[in-house]
Amino acid sequence: MTAQAELETEQTETMTVREAIRQGLREELARDEDVYVMGEDVGLFGGVLDVTDGLFDEFGEERLRDTPISEAGFVGAATGAAATGTRPVVEIMFSDFMGVSMEQIMNQMAKMRYMFGGKTAMPVTVRTTEGGGMGAASQHSGTVHAWIAHFPGLKAVAPGTAASAKGLTKAAIRSDDPVFVFENKMIYEQQGEVPVDEEFTVPLGEASVEREGEDVTVVATQRLVGESLDVAEGLADLDVEVIDPRSLYPLDTDTIVDSVEKTGRLVVADESPLSYGIHAEVVARVQENAFFSLDAPIQRVGTPDTHIPFSPPLEQEVLPDGDGIREAVRRIA
Amino acid sequence: MSDYTLDTEEGRLEALRRMLLIREFDTTAGESFADGEIPGFVHLYIGEEAVGVGTCGALEPDDYIASTHRGHGHCIAKGLDPKLMMAELFGRREGYCNGKGGSMHIADVESGMLGANGIVGAGPPMATGAALSIDYQDRDQVAVGFLGDGAVAQGQVHEAVNLASTWDLPAVFVVENNQYGEGTPVEKQHNVENLSDTAAAHDIPGVTVDGMDVTAVAEAVGEARTRARAGDGPTLIEAETYRYRGHYEGDEQRYRDEEEIQRWKNRDPIESFKSRLLDRGELTEESFEELQAEVETTIADAIAYARDADLPEPAEAYEDMFAEPVPEIEGFAARTRADGGRPGGDGR
Repeated sequence: MTAQAELETEQTETMTVREAIRQGLREELARDEDVYVMGEDVGLFGGVLDVTDGLFDEFGEERLRDTPISEAGFVGAATGAAATGTRPVVEIMFSDFMGVSMEQIMNQMAKMRYMFGGKTAMPVTVRTTEGGGMGAASQHSGTVHAWIAHFPGLKAVAPGTAASAKGLTKAAIRSDDPVFVFENKMIYEQQGEVPVDEEFTVPLGEASVEREGEDVTVVATQRLVGESLDVAEGLADLDVEVIDPRSLYPLDTDTIVDSVEKTGRLVVADESPLSYGIHAEVVARVQENAFFSLDAPIQRVGTPDTHIPFSPPLEQEVLPDGDGIREAVRRIA
Repeated sequence: MSDYTLDTEEGRLEALRRMLLIREFDTTAGESFADGEIPGFVHLYIGEEAVGVGTCGALEPDDYIASTHRGHGHCIAKGLDPKLMMAELFGRREGYCNGKGGSMHIADVESGMLGANGIVGAGPPMATGAALSIDYQDRDQVAVGFLGDGAVAQGQVHEAVNLASTWDLPAVFVVENNQYGEGTPVEKQHNVENLSDTAAAHDIPGVTVDGMDVTAVAEAVGEARTRARAGDGPTLIEAETYRYRGHYEGDEQRYRDEEEIQRWKNRDPIESFKSRLLDRGELTEESFEELQAEVETTIADAIAYARDADLPEPAEAYEDMFAEPVPEIEGFAARTRADGGRPGGDGR
């Protein structure tokens, strides 16, 4: 079923990605008393990019917990808390700051369940913002979700629409596994239709076909989902299928492979650095499963292994966008 | 009531029993390691028994502890079963972690033991997190984070203590100062005179106690527990102790001499506690011999159990990654198990 068809069966309302995440958080906070949000300025301040705005007034300081600027400490504490009966939702303000807490993520959060023979749950959600485009320079603009998707024991999702932003946030909070939600900060204002049903979630590991097409498959994430849809609309002579994986790990291989078996052509668009990342993973799975369906070399669109520079012309040079996706499609179709 | 308390005669005998059990467990584990029966490496707790037993003697059974790489003593003090511990060291399926953890990762979350830990300084954030759950759900518990002297130099330790003190969480941090961070003496790693001085940075009580004296440790942890339960936040306790064995089994220990080791052995925590109990008439040489014999039998049984226990099936390596399994691992497992992982297998 396409995303569009899914939404047609639901009662929806129009909202931004930011509002959709906030609504997801609000519903899960209301639904389960063991859920609380913690991070830098998530409470009184409302989140540095306003995602948690208003929740402090609604739920109070016990459930919207402002932490010290101390990622190792509060990510570690959330890990310990998740192992002992509560369900923290941690915000790491910018994904670039994740490095400060990487020990707790890679050696504790990711490994505890396995090392203990499966005898603990780890219901922790980590939300963080990614992406360039606002002149925030290299230490506030990175896209690091490939690290987490690569690391065994962690699950990673990256919404590209308002509906999936809400549904993935809720699924992450309900999961007994550690789930990272990577929010691209440039699409917080992007509008979309979002189901109002409080039981609506987007299950981990299910991609969505955002646009059906016969000629070329574009697998795009986060901001590049919208850009790909715009490109597809603008290409009158080509019928482009756009797939948002939504979940990076686990990854819905079947939906992508089925599409490539139909179109024979694939572009993978993700804001990560191009080498050793999400693009390569999609390419590997497609060649393993649909090698003989390919009619052209697979194209990758991403950041050219640089950091994100400050000055606007430099930043625009390296950030992947619709133009890059269109050129990639044209190269193979 | 705790499983045992240093405040009663019965409890003191139980504390002595657990100290003997730790020493016998680790002595035997060291031998089995030397014989090649235990894979990997082991860090033994011999000499430090009073710290773990004194600490757990001041706790309630459902309190949490987060341990270190030198965790066998904490496990036994907390009441874990030596059979299942030894089975884990031997890499057996019946072990606490089904053979996936080994010496450095023994855990039993149901018993409040949040895991030995291979990362120096990782226990305190875990304890702060457990204390957060306790506080959030208004439960009548505390969480203890054990750490070594070396870990006091780790950033995440101070972040954990800062968070716990800022939020007045019911946590207790117990620094086992065994005088060496691996092979480097404590004074070459820290600028403070006592490691407990670092508590001042967080405006919480910091106390240094004789870690060779089980009752002194229990008293300090008991006070810290009371303070934590009263909502007054954490305490940092430094217990001065000594490990008789190397950092790990096989350590050549060029950093210290026999004379130093002997000086500490003269203050042996088990011998000194035993003489005190003899003096008080709570123990006789005969009853001590009986206790020692019982402990030796328990550990001999544990070794026999571990030797006889089954090794895991190789396919169990694919289990326990997630509460909700992912198709990736199932696919890789199916391919490897089906065709030995040869190229051309079905990757989906």
